[in-house]
Amino acid sequence: MKVRVHVTLKPGVLDPQGAAVRRSLGALGFDGVEKVRQGKVIELQLAETDATKAEAQVKEMCEKLLANTVIENYAVEIL
Amino acid sequence: MRAAVIQFPGSNCDRDMAVALDKVSGHNKPTQMVWHKESGLPSGLDVIAIPGGFSFGDYLRCGAIAARSPIMRAVIDFANKGGYVLGVCNGFQVLTETGLLPGALMRNSGLKFICKDVDLRVETSASEFTSGYKAGSTINIPVAHHDGNYNADADTLKALNDQDRVAFRYASNPNGSMEDIAGILSENRRVLGMMPHPERLNDPLLGGTDGNPLFESLANAMVSA
Repeated sequence: MKVRVHVTLKPGVLDPQGAAVRRSLGALGFDGVEKVRQGKVIELQLAETDATKAEAQVKEMCEKLLANTVIENYAVEIL
Repeated sequence: MRAAVIQFPGSNCDRDMAVALDKVSGHNKPTQMVWHKESGLPSGLDVIAIPGGFSFGDYLRCGAIAARSPIMRAVIDFANKGGYVLGVCNGFQVLTETGLLPGALMRNSGLKFICKDVDLRVETSASEFTSGYKAGSTINIPVAHHDGNYNADADTLKALNDQDRVAFRYASNPNGSMEDIAGILSENRRVLGMMPHPERLNDPLLGGTDGNPLFESLANAMVSA
């Protein structure tokens, strides 16, 4: 089973990389980009075939390693 | 003082740290180097140092993989039993990733790697790490990092301030750190994490000795303990 994890900065946490990307888009002439937030996508291939179990497993992985919950949120997507 | 330095793949300040510790711990008790795959620590340690560098290539997040390595479980136990732990630069990042210190270290606000000497204000002398400095005094110590931008929620910052746990602040903030924070202490004041490198300034030949009081006061405390 394939699972995709989205790791994003929590609202309110400053994202200097996102801000730099926004400025660069502006320099390329893409006007009206009001905000850019940069995150990560992590894809996992699991032996597990039960979607509920897989989701629980991956959430635990997020809590323990994949995300730093001090500054990041995560979302688990079963593909 | 019996000290150990933890080595991860990508650590690059480990030997500097050992030299700084050896200088104060006495030659009969050389600092022990401990590889990250070890599951246990040498017995009788007073201090463990987590050195600077780029453990595991900074993959995923700085310090994230190192924080989950076998040896860190032993380091966490050591700290929880009241042992002294010093984390410098990548070591500070590892300590926040383990949860031994609160908050997180993010990409510098200017996005650039910063390598220069900075002025630090010593915020508290009430710890075995900082008792050799006068609170309020300014010291000059090098920083060399890409991710030193300290971030914590409002409650954490309030707790750090209320409990006098900010050890050092930047006189001139180089990286966007909240409240100019350069180093913080744990609740029991026995774990210190800091981005600047005191181990790099412990000999006049290296350009200064402002890092020495940190190691000297720590060693003195271990002798009298």
